[in-house]
Amino acid sequence: MSSQGLIKSSIGRKLWMALTGLFLVLFLVVHLAGNLQLIYGTQEGFNEYSQFMTTFPLIKITSYLLYASILLHAVDGFMLARSNRAARPVRYAMNKPGENSSWASRSMALLGTITLVFLIIHMKSFWYVMHFGNIPMDANGMKDLYSITIAAFENPLYSLLYVICMIALGFHLSHGIQSAFQTLGLNHPGYTPGIKKFGSIFAWLMSGLFALIPIWIYLT
Amino acid sequence: MDLNLKVWRQKNATEKGALKDYAIKEVSPDSSFLEMLDLLNDQLIESGEDPVAFDHDCREGICGSCSLYVNGEAHGPSRAITTCQLHMRSFKDGDTIYIEPFRAKAFPVIKDLVVDRSSFDRIQQAGGFISVNTSGNTQDANALPIPKADADKAFDAATCIGCGACVATCKNASAMLFVSAKVSQFSLLPQGKVEAKSRALNMVHQMDLEGFGNCTNTGACEVECPKGISLENIARLNREFLGATITEG
Repeated sequence: MSSQGLIKSSIGRKLWMALTGLFLVLFLVVHLAGNLQLIYGTQEGFNEYSQFMTTFPLIKITSYLLYASILLHAVDGFMLARSNRAARPVRYAMNKPGENSSWASRSMALLGTITLVFLIIHMKSFWYVMHFGNIPMDANGMKDLYSITIAAFENPLYSLLYVICMIALGFHLSHGIQSAFQTLGLNHPGYTPGIKKFGSIFAWLMSGLFALIPIWIYLT
Repeated sequence: MDLNLKVWRQKNATEKGALKDYAIKEVSPDSSFLEMLDLLNDQLIESGEDPVAFDHDCREGICGSCSLYVNGEAHGPSRAITTCQLHMRSFKDGDTIYIEPFRAKAFPVIKDLVVDRSSFDRIQQAGGFISVNTSGNTQDANALPIPKADADKAFDAATCIGCGACVATCKNASAMLFVSAKVSQFSLLPQGKVEAKSRALNMVHQMDLEGFGNCTNTGACEVECPKGISLENIARLNREFLGATITEG
């Protein structure tokens, strides 16, 4: 019965959205920390780091949890969005949602879809190439992901796509983080305003720094 | 003041409805929104037309009967009031006003602006109560000490009049604010703790069965709620439900 409640009920399905969402947020921090080496690090250092991230057993195990979280977040989100649409078969002729809620909070499915499409393109460009592609070696005999990344971001259209997708991610997280806390039942008049502020600052800091990388590479 | 009204007309639950235009003249700015609709109905009856059906009862903001979506907002543009407390001075001479029923799969239209909100009744019947022995030896409720803060929060939740504005305004037609208020008003008090777990499980189960959407925490319900029921209640419902699911199943 308990598994039924956690899998089939509306609140149970939202719990998974919150847990996977927060896990993905944690991943973003690690991912950003590594990627910032493209700005301040060296080619050898970045390639060594990439090699470590694809071979170290503990990271490998975590990466499977990450893939599962992405899939669960996307599939569960799609199913929830579909049942939400079905809950109002006849729509209003005149509706002013902007009077009572933020655009980001009402557009999570759209913003999530943009992020998913981005993720597929992103993984094809780098993750697939690193894992299964034919990749040149650097001077130290390591897979030269650094050069592949630099070459990709020297294409202005590709960099622009990244910046646009990071804006979508910023909006998605600006509502998603505080929403996850609320779904987990963590709402308190003393802490919630702080959680909301943190969620918003974190969202735009993360997406801003991620967007900075292709801009930086393109400009230098 | 003279107004143009766009009113949803629908013969019954099965036939398709549509917005119909009506012009109404010399409406007093001091009249309430429902009095303005009364005036429209007088006009319609005089001209031999079917009057507009709309829900109303106490007309003082406590019964939760009135249920109109006025100009794109539940209970109209003002905050913390029901449609019956909305006055025509909130509008300007020559305004066009859209008047639609609350829209949700779980609130089917019965006629014109009247919707069937018995889904709320069924959620209440699933657990929105406490079981008290009324044999004559009932303990005085005041004999149980309750912290003031808890009593205040329970009372705030209990001010929910079950009008359905939360559902109407939610982009997902979710009933979480209503259910959370009904769960919170009991779960905060010792009398409600006995059945707290089964209450949360059964009410959420019924809510899901009725076809309401899922909460995405947009917060629109809290803004449009005539009684100002807080989102804190939804977080409490989440805690109650998840806790009960894990421990009780």
